[in-house]
Amino acid sequence: MEFLNALADPAIPFLRYALAAGILASLSFGIIGTYVVARRITYIAGAIAHCVLGGIGAGLYCQHKLGITWFGPLTGAIVAALLAAIIIGLVSLHANQREDTAIGALWAIGMAIGLLFIAKTPGYVEPMSYLFGNILLISKFDLWMVLVLDGLVVGIATLFYHKFLAVCFDEEYARLRGVRTDLYYLLLLCLTALTVVLLVRVVGIVMVIALLTLPAAVASNFAKGLWQMMVLATLFCIIFISSGLAISYNFDLPSGPTIIIIAGFTYLSTSGLRQLRSQKS
Amino acid sequence: MTATSTQETAVSIRNLDFSYNGTVVLENVNLDIMARDSLCIVGPNGGGKTTLLKIILGLLKPERGEILVLGDTPEKSRLRIGYVPQYARYDPQFPVTVLDVVLMGRLDRLFCGAYGKNDRKAALAALEEMGLTDLAGRLFAEISGGQRQRTLIARALAAGGEILILDEPTANIDAASEEHLFEVLDKLNERLTIMLVTHDVGFASKFFKSIVCVNRQVVLHPTSELTGDLIRNMYGGDIRMIRHDHRCSPEGHCTHGIS
Repeated sequence: MEFLNALADPAIPFLRYALAAGILASLSFGIIGTYVVARRITYIAGAIAHCVLGGIGAGLYCQHKLGITWFGPLTGAIVAALLAAIIIGLVSLHANQREDTAIGALWAIGMAIGLLFIAKTPGYVEPMSYLFGNILLISKFDLWMVLVLDGLVVGIATLFYHKFLAVCFDEEYARLRGVRTDLYYLLLLCLTALTVVLLVRVVGIVMVIALLTLPAAVASNFAKGLWQMMVLATLFCIIFISSGLAISYNFDLPSGPTIIIIAGFTYLSTSGLRQLRSQKS
Repeated sequence: MTATSTQETAVSIRNLDFSYNGTVVLENVNLDIMARDSLCIVGPNGGGKTTLLKIILGLLKPERGEILVLGDTPEKSRLRIGYVPQYARYDPQFPVTVLDVVLMGRLDRLFCGAYGKNDRKAALAALEEMGLTDLAGRLFAEISGGQRQRTLIARALAAGGEILILDEPTANIDAASEEHLFEVLDKLNERLTIMLVTHDVGFASKFFKSIVCVNRQVVLHPTSELTGDLIRNMYGGDIRMIRHDHRCSPEGHCTHGIS
């Protein structure tokens, strides 16, 4: 109740922005999260998320030390995420290296670059808000950003739904049917990268994987088919973010962890129930 | 020989070599597969069966030699081949319906958006031919192994084409499903060239017109010469030790080709 009153309060617009951003971004989270869970590339999403810190650090450094105003943390984050996605994609497609080792290395390097840049940026920069996120810091400009990224992700994912489905389910067969699977795989990773940038804003780098995969994982307990899983995942994501925001506001808790705890418990309990039911029958 | 020479060739391989990381997998392969033949590809694990299949599909490039599929390069003929992979290699939790799997056979006709009317019609027709109409809306993960196998065949049929290639379709399915599978293949063989990879030759002679033994080298036998010795040798000793004739007509084999 207190939360609803606060939402209506014209003196605190940030709460409305936070809720709007969360609900809008849930669309991307649900769709891309479903692909990530179905294709089992959670680890890749995690690596991209940590590389984002490198971009954020570079953005902060450019803005505050070099005075390049147009290259801020958000631009840096987008560039780093896309770069990481393409590098990881090429590694997993072409290199004979152990894929997980290469991805792990990129994961750590991205993070280290970010911390170095932040250390050398003049003035006090709080890495905590990037690592653990703070949806309450979202501005009106960020809201537009969310809308644009959302449109891009939802548009491309819908347009090429069947191609992505085939590439995730059976890459070899898709290739035999004349689909340029490498290209679609890279495109999917780039969409994942853009979604990760949104997620970093909401829950922070460390918890990106949780909010990307948990709604989709909960949805997979109920869904028949990929399409349904996306719709359900989006709905669950909206529920997790808005209830997390409400609870964190009421009890004065940080919003990111609250959202994750709700998502995590829902996942564990629905999976547990499903297990019990399948054992009974 | 006159009977075979008037037929068209589905696959023709000349002096083909393939090695993987320095190890020779296939050596000096010469093979002619006639249209509407039914071919069983056998051999020990690691003998090169899958490699031969992937070369025919154009997924691997031969090091040396020439291969023509339906009179063209494998890459160009790819869309005219129906391919049925092993169903066991799929992620058992992937959320996809049977109909969506079959529709993937029509991917080459789709750029973006939803499948067209003709694609759905072809997919439904293929499902019906495989006796799967009632399962169209079910999850691929929920149906039995035999049904999954038939779904993948339906997908290959929805794609159309003149050659049907099946990779180990008899692995992990029960006897009844296996019998059903061969009834289906028998009917399809009237219009399609069928190639089937297996390491289980016990049933092979019932349905197949020819057997191809793959163990680094590739030798084609008409099924009429399949004997206990041959089968033993395929698995036990060196494949080159067995008596092999050059290709003969499916009805029988010539008597002069003892090596």
